[in-house]
Amino acid sequence: MSSKRDYGIPGTPIFDGHMAQKGYALNAMCYSFNSADNRAAFKADEDAYCRRYALNDEQRAAVASRNVLQLIAAGGNIYYLAKFAGIFGLDVQDVGAQQTGMTKDAFKQMLLQAGR
Amino acid sequence: MATIVGSVMTSHVPSIGNAIAKNRESDPYWKPFFDGYPPVRQWLGKVKPDVAVVFYQDHGLNFFLDKMPTFAVGAAADYRNADEGWGIPTVKPFRGHPDLSWHLIESLVADEFDITMCQQMLVDHALTLPMALFWPGGGDWPVRIVPITMNHVQHPLPSPRRSYALGESVGRALASWKEDVRVLVVGTGGLSHQLDGERAGFINKPFDLMCLDALVDDPRKLTRYSALDIVREAGAQGTELMAWIAARAALPGRVAKVHSHYHVPISNTAGAVLALSNDGPLARAA
Repeated sequence: MSSKRDYGIPGTPIFDGHMAQKGYALNAMCYSFNSADNRAAFKADEDAYCRRYALNDEQRAAVASRNVLQLIAAGGNIYYLAKFAGIFGLDVQDVGAQQTGMTKDAFKQMLLQAGR
Repeated sequence: MATIVGSVMTSHVPSIGNAIAKNRESDPYWKPFFDGYPPVRQWLGKVKPDVAVVFYQDHGLNFFLDKMPTFAVGAAADYRNADEGWGIPTVKPFRGHPDLSWHLIESLVADEFDITMCQQMLVDHALTLPMALFWPGGGDWPVRIVPITMNHVQHPLPSPRRSYALGESVGRALASWKEDVRVLVVGTGGLSHQLDGERAGFINKPFDLMCLDALVDDPRKLTRYSALDIVREAGAQGTELMAWIAARAALPGRVAKVHSHYHVPISNTAGAVLALSNDGPLARAA
């Protein structure tokens, strides 16, 4: 597998060939969540669903943790992860708050501030 | 030949779809965003395009990592929207314009753009929401579409320079189209935003306002940036700016600003719309 590169943009994952290769199975599973039947199947038996997509141990643990930074480190791409987050009714502000360690209200306040 | 009436570039944040579905356009949170669109709709009502050529990015509805085209052109008779996983309502299908699609494909390949050709293509929120913002009400769409997707999911991404050249090539192809149709060029996405990483929530208002100015009078200025420069300045998902750059480059003549609007935030994103009329030699009076 190609090696991990540092692109020098702090706090900003770059989903390159290395990450796309590393995260293929995880992203394939999340891509399947475009279908309501697949979302229901995941909810009914998460373990079986993850096995079907051959997630590795790091990816399985990241899915169990619901931790977005951990999912990204395991190769997850944010656009496919958004479909995973959708299963739990989380929006991109929940996801942003979690990654920045803020409350959702504080995260929203930061966004408002950026417009001033 | 086709008449390019102009271009509209707009944000396409998914939550816009929910706001429309739940009639929240007048809510205090949403009003400052939706207020940007009535002048655009009025102008569209005047110039009456028949076809929209839409530059946008697919976010994991039609394309997955198994096959990820840098640029893909739709050549279908119709295009459907579908479930994207997080619950925004789907919209009515769009009619395509296969003859014009194949003309664009032939012209682009002759021009050495090695694009992917798609006779089936699901269109995601990045295409449907701009259309719903331009032509609200959920009725039949008044335009046929030619979708052109640009990869912004997996690096390496096409550069601003390449995106500009793609738009120019599409503009030339439209100029040589046999039929007298009125074409609107659409670019969707942005402006600055970042969804992933510890920098999530990043917005860069000065950079966005610079881009909104440059897109009117000096769009080539934006081609000096690399794709990674855009990530740094506009956020990881701010690279959607590439679709605005391509749309602007497709306008061949003198360009005048019809309307622009900028509001932060909608969801995690700087919301913006920019409408440009194409008053150059290819445009005719409405």
